[in-house]
Amino acid sequence: MEQAVYDQYELVVGLEVHMQLKTASKAYASDANLFGALPNTLVSPITLGHPGTLPKVNTQSVDFAIKLALASDMKINTPVFFARKNYFYADLPKGYQITQDKTPICTGGEIVIREDDGTEKRIGITRAHLEEDAGKSMHDQDPFDTLVDLNRAGVPLIEVVSEPDMRTSREAYLYLTEVRKLVRYLDICDGNMEEGSLRCDANISVRKKGAPEFGTRCEVKNMNSIRNVQRAIEHEMTRQIDIIEAGGVINQETRSFNAADGTTSLLRSKEDAQDYRYFPEPDLPPIVITEDHIQRIHSTMPPLPKELLHKYLKEFNLSEYDANVLTSEKETALYYERIISKTTNYKAACNWLMGPVKGYLKEQALEIEQSPFTPEQLASIINLVDAGKVSSSTAAEKILPALANHSSKMAEDVAAELNLIQDADDDSIKQIAEEILAAWPDKVAAYKAGNKGMLGLFMGELMKKSGGKANPKTASGLIQQLLDQ
Amino acid sequence: MVFHSLKEVQSELSSKSITLNNVVSQYLQNIEARMNLNAFLEVWGDEALAQAELIQQKIDNGTAGKLAGMVIAIKDNICYKNHKVSASSKILEGFESLYSATVVERILAEDAIIIGRLNCDEFAMGSSNETSYYGPVKNPLNENCVPGGSSGGASAAVAADFCLAALGSDTGGSIRQPASFTGIVGMKPTYGAVSRYGLIAYASSFDQIGPMTKCVEDAEVLLQVIGGPDAYDSTTLLEKLPSAKNNSDKPKIAYLKEAVESPAVHPEIRARLNEILEKLKSEGYVVEPISFPYLDYMVPAYYVLTTAEASSNLARFDGINYGYRSKEAKGIDETYRKSRTEGFGREVKRRILLGSFVLSSGYIDAYYGTGQRVRRVLQEKTKAIFEQYAFLLSPTCTDVAFEFGAKSKDPIAMYMQDIFTVHANLTGNPAISIPCGKESTTGLPFGIQVTARHKEDNDLFVFSKALEALLS
Repeated sequence: MEQAVYDQYELVVGLEVHMQLKTASKAYASDANLFGALPNTLVSPITLGHPGTLPKVNTQSVDFAIKLALASDMKINTPVFFARKNYFYADLPKGYQITQDKTPICTGGEIVIREDDGTEKRIGITRAHLEEDAGKSMHDQDPFDTLVDLNRAGVPLIEVVSEPDMRTSREAYLYLTEVRKLVRYLDICDGNMEEGSLRCDANISVRKKGAPEFGTRCEVKNMNSIRNVQRAIEHEMTRQIDIIEAGGVINQETRSFNAADGTTSLLRSKEDAQDYRYFPEPDLPPIVITEDHIQRIHSTMPPLPKELLHKYLKEFNLSEYDANVLTSEKETALYYERIISKTTNYKAACNWLMGPVKGYLKEQALEIEQSPFTPEQLASIINLVDAGKVSSSTAAEKILPALANHSSKMAEDVAAELNLIQDADDDSIKQIAEEILAAWPDKVAAYKAGNKGMLGLFMGELMKKSGGKANPKTASGLIQQLLDQ
Repeated sequence: MVFHSLKEVQSELSSKSITLNNVVSQYLQNIEARMNLNAFLEVWGDEALAQAELIQQKIDNGTAGKLAGMVIAIKDNICYKNHKVSASSKILEGFESLYSATVVERILAEDAIIIGRLNCDEFAMGSSNETSYYGPVKNPLNENCVPGGSSGGASAAVAADFCLAALGSDTGGSIRQPASFTGIVGMKPTYGAVSRYGLIAYASSFDQIGPMTKCVEDAEVLLQVIGGPDAYDSTTLLEKLPSAKNNSDKPKIAYLKEAVESPAVHPEIRARLNEILEKLKSEGYVVEPISFPYLDYMVPAYYVLTTAEASSNLARFDGINYGYRSKEAKGIDETYRKSRTEGFGREVKRRILLGSFVLSSGYIDAYYGTGQRVRRVLQEKTKAIFEQYAFLLSPTCTDVAFEFGAKSKDPIAMYMQDIFTVHANLTGNPAISIPCGKESTTGLPFGIQVTARHKEDNDLFVFSKALEALLS
């Protein structure tokens, strides 16, 4: 089919994001909430759903939901009611999941996504509710039986349901990236799609551009990376348009994404949808959240990426690119924040962090939170360069490495030790310059004949002879002056 | 050697006229002599004797707990670590609990001796103990009759002197009705007064564990021990029950007009109730009739809501993680279907089906929703009664114990057994059944039910002791 036909259609996407909360223990039991433990070792009688056991709400998971609500302008609904969702599966020991039905803990709110050029779009959030994860059924570990690991059973989840506000797969990508960034800033979820701590289902439909109603949607599951969410959306859009253009209708159904070939296939149709018989969880009385409690949590919130981005752009006048790079990871942003508490040269701080510091960390295979440089040290380098006492390259190549793991040493100490302070004395530089020009009469002639490239050669010689102590700007000015005489 | 109260046992132990070993041995002999009653699913005789030795030492040293001397048995839906528990169901045949119920830990901490686990209706669903997978329990007072249910093993065991007390559970009358049928005291505490942690759930918002004893005072002592907040059960009250009010004025008492007028209630029970009311009046109590025209709604609301909760609570018995798994089943769906078909009895399946239906899409509002609305109205109307009166009197049951099979073919007739008792479970109020008379022809006992305000369990005990004295 011609592209022009596809172009007549508009894509409509809403995402459901399930995130495992990084609480110390499980949602309704005291078992540790850990990834990667030996199978079935984090299983108390409560997790196993043994007869007579009862759930108990982990208030930390409620607090995490409050954090997310505060960070995305959601309304916090109190009291918090829990509900049971009934279905049978081998990895669901109680035969029901404790979740929330008609009364989610958070409603409303938005996530702002931002294109590289700075254009923003608000993606509405319908609701976010607390629930518990199921265990893991493994169908490929044993030739005859399905094996079940219940370590994951009862791990707290928050499910964030967006409005159908996304119109391109790119927007879905940006939304997911933003949500993941946010929960990492809040430190409530590690956002790892490969390990399954962040999972996403996409509700996808198409309609003719300008059509007032949404088309029938399909829900696509089993995408284990943000890239695959994008691929699934793109495939689904084409598939649905092809069906409509061939005169068919879209059936409301659940589909599964196949990462190997980028297609989706039918999991179950609407007719096969289960009746989950939701009803209020009688074992958990409603939890009241007070305004005081919300305020307490608010006071412990870290700076949010959108606030930092705004500050860097508007107050620091950093570029869109710089501001984005600095805020894309919480650890980078926090490190940057610490550095700029010691220097006001925001642009230099950004350049140092994203350039030499990141380069050094990469070379040493260190994470940013393991950086061996204190903010004071980095500020001292910036100040030294700004004062014209060392060149940036000297500072990056010689001073920075010498500062690593010597937190009490500052840039000026190292510069002095290594005799790197740029000579402010023009006379001594002039003398060196004169010596060089005298030693290379043919090159001087070449320069005078129009080969301006010779200037670089003279500069290189001068820096070598001065032991790097010459201020490059002064030096090049001097050489030029001498040559033009 | 027959004991009527813990006080009696303790005074004989402290006077050293008997030892705790004598007490336990006596009960074991009594059990042995009437095994045909089928009250116990398991007797932990050796363990009880060993405990008797340890606790005897504590008694001798003066370090024994409050319940030292109490030989107690637990209904088979209460978990006791490393002991079997089955809810009298095939689906949990051979299952051993990994942990102890909070109530078990608390009675053991006060030096009670647990002598065994007691037969009951399967998953506490029944009013005659006839739904047990392990067979019915016989009423020790007339072996052709049922002991009531679902705590039928418990009522029979206490009435037959197999133990001094028992812990039962009451979802719609399962402690009080069998107590009435066997002539003992049975008490359902305020909802939330006793932790349900370790009680195999039937209907979570109705279930309460409670004492079954030979006298009101023992019920009181037991509730003091087993009650109180529990971090493992979020539905427990946040504080201990308040002490009884120190009130010199006699409390105002209401009685259900319908209960003393309805032809559905055995005439002798009505007559006896009237007699008691007159006695109370002559003692200076204000006793007034009230009309509570909601009786017709109670049993239907009760069955809609309890079966809804039960259908979910019993989902965990699926043949996967523990309990009975059908041997022929292949694949997961067949494992569920066959294990549950073969593992559950008829009554349990009936209630799971009913409960699944009332929660199902398209019906939930008409059934479960209506049930909840009825429950709310009942709670309001009941609260209004208790704004004027401290206690509400009624018969515990409409009749005395019936013969085996008399009602088991007709579930509605069986469900109507609960007409007076479900009220307290729907509203969460504390209620007690105290033996108050015997039918003239059969000599079978019946009880009077006293219901009190929320959390006024201790006031209920004070009044019940007075009533008990008045009746004897």
